Amino acid sequence: MSVIIITEQSENKIKKQSLESISYGVAIAKQLNLDAFALVMGATDENLSYLGNYGVKKIIHQKNIGAANSDNKVATKLISEICTQHQAQIIIFSNSLFGKAVAPRLSVKLKAGLVSGAIKLPETGNSFSVKRSVFSGKAFADVKISSPIKIITLNANAFETMKSSDANAEIVESNIEVPAGTINIIETKKNEGTVSLTDAETVVSGGRGLKGPENWGMIEELAKALGAATACSRPVADSNWRPHHEHVGQTGVAISPNLYIAVGISGAIQHLAGVNRSKTIVVINNDPEAPFFKAADYGIVGDAFQVMPKIIEAVKNLG
Amino acid sequence: MKILVCISRTPDTTSKISFVDQNTKFNSDGVQWIINPYDEWYALVRAIELKEKDPSTIIHLINVGSIDNEAIIRKALALGGDEAIRINTNNDDAYFISHQIATIAKDGYDLILTGKETIDHNGSSIGGMIAEILDSNFISLATKLDIENNQAIVTRESEGGEEKIAAPLPLVISCQKGMAEARIPNMRGIMAARTKPLKVSEASNTECLTTINAFDLPPAKAGVKLIPADTPELLVKLLREEAKAI
Ligand SMILES: Cc1cc2nc3c(=O)[nH]c(=O)nc-3n(C[C@H](O)[C@H](O)[C@H](O)COP(=O)(O)OP(=O)(O)OC[C@H]3O[C@@H](n4cnc5c(N)ncnc54)[C@H](O)[C@@H]3O)c2cc1C
Ligand SMILES: Nc1ncnc2c1ncn2[C@@H]1O[C@H](COP(=O)(O)O)[C@@H](O)[C@H]1O
Repeated sequence: MSVIIITEQSENKIKKQSLESISYGVAIAKQLNLDAFALVMGATDENLSYLGNYGVKKIIHQKNIGAANSDNKVATKLISEICTQHQAQIIIFSNSLFGKAVAPRLSVKLKAGLVSGAIKLPETGNSFSVKRSVFSGKAFADVKISSPIKIITLNANAFETMKSSDANAEIVESNIEVPAGTINIIETKKNEGTVSLTDAETVVSGGRGLKGPENWGMIEELAKALGAATACSRPVADSNWRPHHEHVGQTGVAISPNLYIAVGISGAIQHLAGVNRSKTIVVINNDPEAPFFKAADYGIVGDAFQVMPKIIEAVKNLG
Repeated sequence: MKILVCISRTPDTTSKISFVDQNTKFNSDGVQWIINPYDEWYALVRAIELKEKDPSTIIHLINVGSIDNEAIIRKALALGGDEAIRINTNNDDAYFISHQIATIAKDGYDLILTGKETIDHNGSSIGGMIAEILDSNFISLATKLDIENNQAIVTRESEGGEEKIAAPLPLVISCQKGMAEARIPNMRGIMAARTKPLKVSEASNTECLTTINAFDLPPAKAGVKLIPADTPELLVKLLREEAKAI
């Protein structure tokens, strides 16, 4: 029996979010006295044995993945075969685009109960239950999984990466034949900006208080100085001041970065629904009554146009 | 073409969230119920737009839920759609719900549309589960959808961007912002909805794999620490030294 962590790569390197999933899966394996294995799909530029540092015993490396990256039906078939081969009892995904598309399918295929968006290690006493975020971050639910095989997708930034040893993991090549898919990609487009919103550890976000798109320079400058992604409130995207993929909230992207800095955003409940899982929230708003201050850890009641340049300077001076 | 739109019921986005019965049940006192925004604004309205382009299109709505859900089902019918099916059950396990929907969906639908997620359960899982049960493709987080030459041309969110793809029918698609513009039902739609068929059938016997033990609310924030506007650099110091966030 094993815990298998399904990892993802970006530019042929294991993603940070996957290192979080690995650390999480390893902790569960310890709790249950199981072995933790990581599945790595596709070619890689890394010597994967370093994943042993995170407590993984074995790396299952399936180099040939065919259409699995773009076709979740194919990916499900591949992952399910590997999980069965290695007697997975618990399967961990990141709650990412890939995890959201594949984990539900795998749940049906293996008849394995799924908890998506987990934020904590499971309770594994008499029964197996996992805490997840519900009501768009306004509450949590403790969910029991009753099937023998269990699948969890882990929220970003919900579990710290942990190096627990200096051991190397054993690499096992896997050569499962991957069936062809029926989805054809016609065109791909990359968003501008270097840091992806859902992966970002820090997000700097602007609202209608910034008056117009011409004033986004300071948001971008602070984001750049912090290595952060940029985001915005819904009316800002609806007015085409900013691209739609930056819109966070109930109807936009839900994020859970370490640090969320909101500038000129009132903090409407639908906006909070997308950002309230952030660890630290900073609000800059000239209205002391803005509801966002109630959800914030740090706040400045002041004019963004006065305050932001000084903050940018102070960040640049940090070194 | 036949389209099945999956409609769920959620508390209004401004509802106060609290729980009763030792935190095992959502407190629905005074709560206004709405069609889950993703299902209404994006999945349903896009289906209606496709029907406006090709009037031979048939749109069916499906909801898995109790009789309490009929008000929002009627509202969905008032927006558009030809008839609705309600599977009568209170069960909220995603595996169970997906099997209920799949029993109907396997009946010759070309497109099965869901929302990106329910704003109360936030599972993002029903669409993928239905697709696996039906052994069909699943396109998640779609922002555009057209039908050309009997295949779907879909734009979906991808890692750090988007991609346009072509996929054969039948197909399950989860819909998000971009798909369509929200509409409000007009008087004619509301009148017509009264006489549109709303069929009710009992749930088929399917296992549940998960159950909710209890809910809880996040601890209240300690309160915001305010930094004077004339010394904003102090914020940066606190973020580094106290919050360890930068
Ligand atoms: C069903 C539904 C779903 C929704 N989904 C979303 C969603 O996903 N995401 C979302 O964001 N919204 C969503 N909304 C809209 C939401 O209710 C708010 O209308 C929106 O978030 C407000 O955006 P804002 O804070 O940028 O603008 P405003 O509410 O106009 O706030 C601007 C703020 O800027 C401040 N300000 C003005 N000048 C300055 C200055 N010089 N310096 C500093 N501060 C200044 C003001 O005090 C004010 O607080 C949704 C609404 C509904 C009904
Ligand atoms: N009880 C239900 N009845 C019909 N459709 C549902 C139900 N629950 C969820 N769905 C559909 O599945 C989508 C994803 O739901 P979820 O997996 O709960 O986030 C929703 O946007 C709906 O389209």
